[in-house]
Amino acid sequence: MIEIHNIHKAFGDKKVLDGVSGVFETGKTNLLLGASGTGKSVLLKCIVGLIKPDLGSVTFDGTYFTNNKLDIRQEIRRKIGMLFQSSALFDSMTVEKNVEFPLKMLTDMNKEERMERVNFCLKRVGLEGSNKKMPAELSGGMKKRVGIARAIAPHCTYLFCDEPNSGLDPQTALKIDELIKEITEEYNITTIIVTHDMNSVIEIGDKIFFLHEGKKLWEGTRDEIMDSNIKELNEFIFANRLMRDAKKVEEEEREEEEERQHNGQLSASQGKEKAPSEETVETQDEPQPENPEGPAATTQTGKDKV
Amino acid sequence: MLQSLGKYLLFMSTLFIRKESGRILFNRTIDEAILIGINSIIIVAIVSTFIGAVTCVQVAYNLDNAFIPRSTIGFMVREMTILELAPTITSIVLAGKVGSSIAGGLGTMQITEQVDALEVMGINSASYLVLPKVVAAILVFPMLVILAMFLSILGGYVAGTLSGEVTAQEYITGIRDQFIPYNITFALIKSVVFAFLISSISSFRGYYTTGGALEVGAASTAAVTNSVIAILIGDFVLAYLLL
Repeated sequence: MIEIHNIHKAFGDKKVLDGVSGVFETGKTNLLLGASGTGKSVLLKCIVGLIKPDLGSVTFDGTYFTNNKLDIRQEIRRKIGMLFQSSALFDSMTVEKNVEFPLKMLTDMNKEERMERVNFCLKRVGLEGSNKKMPAELSGGMKKRVGIARAIAPHCTYLFCDEPNSGLDPQTALKIDELIKEITEEYNITTIIVTHDMNSVIEIGDKIFFLHEGKKLWEGTRDEIMDSNIKELNEFIFANRLMRDAKKVEEEEREEEEERQHNGQLSASQGKEKAPSEETVETQDEPQPENPEGPAATTQTGKDKV
Repeated sequence: MLQSLGKYLLFMSTLFIRKESGRILFNRTIDEAILIGINSIIIVAIVSTFIGAVTCVQVAYNLDNAFIPRSTIGFMVREMTILELAPTITSIVLAGKVGSSIAGGLGTMQITEQVDALEVMGINSASYLVLPKVVAAILVFPMLVILAMFLSILGGYVAGTLSGEVTAQEYITGIRDQFIPYNITFALIKSVVFAFLISSISSFRGYYTTGGALEVGAASTAAVTNSVIAILIGDFVLAYLLL
């Protein structure tokens, strides 16, 4: 579990983070959501220690991180795996060497053990057999996968992903999202993902933190996000026309459902007062099928009933 | 200017805190020594051979007094080569080749977040990336300068004898005349200082690159110009102090 408390960060006069607090739970994919320039990546970098916050604290499983002794911070950092927006693979090394690198630097494993772990991680992300390829030979999605393999190779406890599906096609983006979620649950790690992709929110967001102008405006689950009444969040979510349309359809369906329920209640209450014929009750309770033949057909049906 | 100098000194101090294990640094140093040394041999050989040849021809051209022995040509080629041309010109050439390569490489690593990736792993990126470059340059530059001295004197010999300005016997007599071994030591001290200046300044420029590809290019240019200026200042200071 990672806790952040009252994080402030400014670059010159520009205030980027303004008192952000929150708890990121273990075994869940925690999403930092927000538009570009709202401070998501800066917050992520403050958490991992790449940027020092002006004020506030970060705690990893109860161990204070910010401004703690160097060796304690180093100890925590060695449990961190991070997937960067650009994948940040070492371009002078092969895929195998990239994944092996943290094992070589951070563990006492011998060559054989390291290679076993490398092959396991590459297989886990679906890249078995790509050991000898150079990063330049990989597609964007493959680079992200290698980045994930490198992050999880030293048995990380905390996984940070900075816009893991940026620049990827929707299908590959979905696969990367699913992979991160699977890994999070499989190894019970604390995962924090920076994103502005609503598909990710819907697919994998166990807990979502919405940032706006450096402040956390909302937090909740993916089931709650559509019902939020925060104006900025709704504007962000429904900025996408498809999402707006989806929301409209959803609202129409909800209204129809409510109307149906209302009609049902009404007929039930009428039935108590005056027992109706069986046919009439059936007509009122059943959803009305769309009439293909227009008003005349309706009239005809009505005549039949009569 | 002062701010940059302060930042440079702070940067240099970070190279020596929380270093990686000796084995890792040793391997990295060997890799860097190969990159800096082996890959620079050809350019150093070409430049130094022609510098020796040109020095020989120009000295011969200026020696039109019959009372000055022709062996002076060999003597002057040796003195100029050992004291100045081999260490300084070689270092300026290496500032262009090695310095821009160091700054460009580190700058690219910085803008593609590879340096951040090292930091997140708990590795001191400055120490891991820069210290081996500085140590490798300090080890390799003197070797390249010795090679440059030899080839420069050889270039003078070939140019002088082929053009008929000086005989082989006169040239060899000249290069053996009044030889002061300390001059070699001085040249090697210069090469070590220049190696440190080039590798550290270029690393500093590359490490603090921000932005994109354009800034990487700018960092490489700054690395070369700053290194060359530092070499020239260092050259004067060392000559003043040590000669």
